[in-house]
Amino acid sequence: MKRFEREGQHRVDVTLNGERAGAHCEPRMLLSDFLRQQLGATGVHVGCEHGVCGACTVRIDGVAQRSCLTLAVAADGRTIDTVEGLAPAGQELSDLQQAFRRHHALQCGFCTPGILMSAAEFLERVPHPDEAQVRDLLSGHLCRCTGYTNIVRAILDVARARGAERA
Amino acid sequence: MKPAAFDYIRADSADEAVALLAEYGDDARVLAGGQSLMAVLNMRLAQPKALIDIHRASDLNRIEDDGALRVRAAATQAALMRYAGLEHKAPLLAQALPHLGHFQTRNRGTVCGSVAHADPSAELPLCLATLDGEVVLRSKRGRRSLKARMFFTGMLQTAREPDELIEEVRFPRLSTGERQGFVEVSMRHGDFAIVALAAVVSREAVRLGVGGVADRPTVAHWPRLEGAALDDALNQLAWELGAQDDHHASAVYRRHLVRTLGRQLISRLLREQDA
Amino acid sequence: MRVRRRPAPGIDCKPPSSGSRLVSIGSDASVSPGATGWTGQPFERREDAALLTGTGRFADDLGVRPGTLHAAFVRSPHAHARARAIDVSAALAVPGVRTVLTGEDIRRWAAPFVVGVKAPMEHWCLAVDKVRYAGEPVALVVAGNRYLAEDAADLVRVDYEPLPVAVEIAQAVAEGAALLHEAVGSNVVSDRSFVYGDPDRAFAAATHRVRLDVRYPRNSCTPIECFVAVAEHLAGGEGYDVLSNFMGPFSLQAVMALALKVPSSKLRLRSPRDSGGSFGVKQAIFPYVVALCLASRKAGAPVKWVEDRLEHLSAATSATGRASSVEAAVDAHGRILALDYDQIDDVGGYLRAPEPATFYRMHGCLTGAYDIPSLRVRNRVVVTNKTPAGLVRGFGGPQVYFALERVVHEIARRLQLDPLDVFRRNFIPRAAFPYRAAAGALIDSGDYHGALELAVRDGALEELRTRRAQARAQGRLYGIGFAAIVEPSISNMGYITTVLTPEARARAGAKNGAIATATVSIDLLGGVAVTVASVPQGQGHATVLSQVVADVFGLHPDDIAVNVELDTQKDAWSVASGNYSSRFAGAVAGTAHLAAMRLRHRVAAIAAAQLNCAPADVVFAGGKLHSRAAPDRALHFARVASGPHWAPALLPEGQVPGLRETAFWTPEQLAAPDAQDRINTSAAYGFAFDICALEIDRATGSVRIDRYVTAHDAGRLLNPALADGQIRGGFAQALGAALMEDFAYSTDGAFLSGTFADYLVPTAAEVPEPMILHIETPSPFTPLGAKGLGEGNSMSTPVCIANALADALGPEVAAEAIALPMTPSKILALIGMADPPPAKPPTAASAQAPKSGGRALAMSGAVELKAPPQAVFDVLLDPAALAAVIPGCHALSAIGEHRYSADVTLGIGPVRARYRAEVALSEIVAPRTLRLAGCGTGALGSAEGSGRVTLSPAGSGTRLEYEYEVSVGGKVAAVGGRMLEGAARIVLGQLFERLDRRALLGTDAAPAESAWKRWLHRLGITQ
Repeated sequence: MKRFEREGQHRVDVTLNGERAGAHCEPRMLLSDFLRQQLGATGVHVGCEHGVCGACTVRIDGVAQRSCLTLAVAADGRTIDTVEGLAPAGQELSDLQQAFRRHHALQCGFCTPGILMSAAEFLERVPHPDEAQVRDLLSGHLCRCTGYTNIVRAILDVARARGAERA
Repeated sequence: MKPAAFDYIRADSADEAVALLAEYGDDARVLAGGQSLMAVLNMRLAQPKALIDIHRASDLNRIEDDGALRVRAAATQAALMRYAGLEHKAPLLAQALPHLGHFQTRNRGTVCGSVAHADPSAELPLCLATLDGEVVLRSKRGRRSLKARMFFTGMLQTAREPDELIEEVRFPRLSTGERQGFVEVSMRHGDFAIVALAAVVSREAVRLGVGGVADRPTVAHWPRLEGAALDDALNQLAWELGAQDDHHASAVYRRHLVRTLGRQLISRLLREQDA
Repeated sequence: MRVRRRPAPGIDCKPPSSGSRLVSIGSDASVSPGATGWTGQPFERREDAALLTGTGRFADDLGVRPGTLHAAFVRSPHAHARARAIDVSAALAVPGVRTVLTGEDIRRWAAPFVVGVKAPMEHWCLAVDKVRYAGEPVALVVAGNRYLAEDAADLVRVDYEPLPVAVEIAQAVAEGAALLHEAVGSNVVSDRSFVYGDPDRAFAAATHRVRLDVRYPRNSCTPIECFVAVAEHLAGGEGYDVLSNFMGPFSLQAVMALALKVPSSKLRLRSPRDSGGSFGVKQAIFPYVVALCLASRKAGAPVKWVEDRLEHLSAATSATGRASSVEAAVDAHGRILALDYDQIDDVGGYLRAPEPATFYRMHGCLTGAYDIPSLRVRNRVVVTNKTPAGLVRGFGGPQVYFALERVVHEIARRLQLDPLDVFRRNFIPRAAFPYRAAAGALIDSGDYHGALELAVRDGALEELRTRRAQARAQGRLYGIGFAAIVEPSISNMGYITTVLTPEARARAGAKNGAIATATVSIDLLGGVAVTVASVPQGQGHATVLSQVVADVFGLHPDDIAVNVELDTQKDAWSVASGNYSSRFAGAVAGTAHLAAMRLRHRVAAIAAAQLNCAPADVVFAGGKLHSRAAPDRALHFARVASGPHWAPALLPEGQVPGLRETAFWTPEQLAAPDAQDRINTSAAYGFAFDICALEIDRATGSVRIDRYVTAHDAGRLLNPALADGQIRGGFAQALGAALMEDFAYSTDGAFLSGTFADYLVPTAAEVPEPMILHIETPSPFTPLGAKGLGEGNSMSTPVCIANALADALGPEVAAEAIALPMTPSKILALIGMADPPPAKPPTAASAQAPKSGGRALAMSGAVELKAPPQAVFDVLLDPAALAAVIPGCHALSAIGEHRYSADVTLGIGPVRARYRAEVALSEIVAPRTLRLAGCGTGALGSAEGSGRVTLSPAGSGTRLEYEYEVSVGGKVAAVGGRMLEGAARIVLGQLFERLDRRALLGTDAAPAESAWKRWLHRLGITQ
């Protein structure tokens, strides 16, 4: 059991994109705010703060979820991955990020980090998705710019390319 | 949209959670996945003095099968969805879960949390009620088990006492000869249902659960009905639910869906059973 | 005419469930400059690397000065009320709170915003006396962080006197309507009529008159990033410095400066590199910018505000709602001779700049794609108790075309013509461009017939018609709709003055033009940089500018640095700057081209001296310069271009030092309205022709788009991949507008769409892939021949889908009944739903439809109580007992006869809403009847209930009949609309149960079973 008093500033330590990171916060601070304001991960975007738009999606222990519906204190000790850590070391962009650029799968780019984090987990779980599965995944994200088509294409393209590489 | 201040206490076991609930009672809310509660907190619609977070209580993060599917308090919807053999053990759940929110919210949201929130349009309370499942409530005073129909008492309201933890919910497994089916109409994929129907059909009887219309999931128990008798029963049920207009759908539309989709669903299950 | 097509022919547009049908567009990596250079190539975006790695620079990502404070607004829960007093003492007592800005400060330091019409209306950045829409800001709390600011905002107490409301247009214009701005004397704040040509004669001569009354709803494109602003009051009379995601038009900079009462040079507006979508919407941040400036002044520190989603949905802005009557005079062959529009715009509580521009942006081209010589128009602007309206993608177009293209559909139906023939007979002919439309638009170029034939052919309309025939033969509901729209771009800044009479216009002075600016410079090492005042929100301006400017200098786009941040104290900008009216491709990119060409001429002159050729013979290619005659003797661009910095003395005769050119450009065709009110509203006019084939599911009323074809002519395409992105995005938003998006208000003006679970925007599961086709007829009026294309589908798609639905539903459904958004529930209502009565009366309590303008929820019913009437009545009249009966009542104290103040906490599940309430009993006739009313406000909003309770003996107990009306406003209504009815019933249920229990005190009887429990076991139903 661990108690965090309401007014207090409590230390929260996480592994953020492979590096140890930590800061103090109140129990009520949302993980989205903590990542952005305390740890500088401003690629985590806040679009609705009620779990619908998906812009704030990050991976906690590998699992894509809404950082606006998670408390920072609840993430203490966890491994958190955000868009800042998506590209492999030494590379500017991962294959997924490259595919998004190639397919014009983003415009304003505000929803994109969340979508990338969802897609990253999804492709690990579902390596050979069909279009309907990709659209089902994406239904947990709102994008107002693209009409989604190119996002679907980019994700399918990555799945195909990875499949070809494995084969 | 930021929550009001609260104490946050992480319970690492069911025992700890129950002890904390005894201490705080109605001043505390149990936080599991937070997919309903956190939004309510962010909007300040609820301002509890304390949150008791059970998501790391390892003894609560399990799904077991002892004749019923026992889903413990910290088990996620995604875990249930991926539970081996779910489509054979509880086909209704396998059919309903993809309608429940989205990949990203199921990853974190818990089964018991959805049941605890008792949203009248939510899929899991409907499944639990239709399958005649149970909710196991535990407090320092002991354990009790309530049938879903006794547990859901109204919109967002349940029979849980302030010091009780929903320790697990139990979904009965599919019985031999039973067919189960689920159908939902919502404005968009993953939205709360305008009307959701869950049905269990056996040789002798039909159970039809309706979500999204009344203030709680409502289950009709009928003998095996067909033709005009089924239509009559569905019509009466559609009216008894007290459908309301809202800005997405009219009461007439909801009644209509109960009748037409109810008939389609039950007829299909009866046909499958006969086949 | 160039024809492009994309995607591959025959691609189907089935919804996602139909499986994988996407055609990959393949890699763009191999793109190389085409015959005309980089411009026109689907170049990858240079913006993307940062955005894909989380290193974008959005307004909320930029560091702020240490000591910056954070703001939270206090907002009205009422749609219409007088704010009698405001008490901020409890808020100020919260540790960490610096100050609270209220209407009193605003009156002292600010001025009301200028209004676009002559009417005595005041709109301030915070409410100063009345609130006129739910969500209107009334105070602003400044604290150390947002959490604290919200804590304190909840403690600000505003004493409201609720007023009658005017929520819908019909209500607002009715005799005796509640007046929003009393000094105007009417809710109609502008009423202008226009006549062009000879509509009287045309209507008299017409064989057919086709008339339609339609409505356009209030919706918004809701960018995923909300408003963000950081404002700082500068010491020493230096004014204000603001960083925000404001998007323009920068004419509003003047509006803000005037409201702040500072010289406009002392209001510095800065924009960050990235903005998370806008679609017109972020125009509406400007009143908040003013409030934040004043908050900074009061706080003595910079103040930052990040709008949250509830604030955004409820109070940011909305597309203007419209009620239109439109009538067409049509000859026997389907030729339209004249149009008559009677339009009423619902602009919400205030006429906020640039309204009433929704009307006048489209004014010159109200005749659409058609050659119609005569036109009559009446435009009325009406204020209502709703959020102020403003720019939303398509701005004015969706409203006009929903009326016009529905009428064209109706003409075809009534005259039994192929709709295509109605288009063909009425389109402006190819040879007629530039074409002067009746109301003054000078439509620059086009080939409407060509675009139609392309869509028909490549969209395989015949196949769709076969599908329709087959579907109908099987009794299925399949429909095909069309829409043809002219898409204006590059707005004339003078169009808004069309709202004034010619005389008033003459007095006010002429306004016209659409100045665009761009600066191109070359630095010490020959690096080329471009800055523009275009304020993009994801449209890829930097990419396109780099393509355009690279071509000018013979460089690679990666060689061009583009900075799209804007600083009004340092950059070149003007009245029309900003990102709206699809002005980038036509105006801004063209102006950058002009600036680059000027610079190129200068570099060419320098190089010519070294190459011994005439400047005109200098060729820029591959990063080098050479003379046309001697391609082998090339100089490096960087070497030549940097020279003037290092050795200005060596410049050729007549050259000035420095390599920086700023171009200002305005389309000369954009004149002010003339004395006959003719106005060329835009510089360029694109075209779109859409075909929609869809099927309605008879069981659920849901719509499946079978194919959507959209053929565009936007002149020259500068980057076709970005163009298609604009089309797809606009299409998706328009699909939402057609089928699901709607800002819902209750009849009492409470806002009901406060979350993304209530305001529904399409997801990937709902948006099919449109087939996109292009033709290119370059504009003769823009520097690069480009026109806008980002708004076309906002204009064409809603009505195209509506026409397809009308076609699917058949002639039995009245044309007027097609009203957006067409939800499954509405569609099924039009198909007809059998709703047979129950065999036995249902036991559930009944709810009635609310009366117009009345409270939103009305309930009536009866409960059986075990206590006798007198005992029940005694409880109601005894304050101590009453306190125990009212659910959640903490304290009740008398403030008059049968009037009490109370502190009440209502709870449903985890939700707790605390209200400071007044409770009153009236119409007392003991022991039979009384009225029990309560009203309260709290941090979560307002609640009011009033009802008559009638008691009659029933056996040893009482039959209690009730008729209740309940009204809930503020946050609870905005986010819990789906559950309000249920919540109100729960509270009433609790009230009656407690009443019975209390009345039975001292007796042995158990309280009555609740109504719910009683019907629980009927018919085998369990819960």
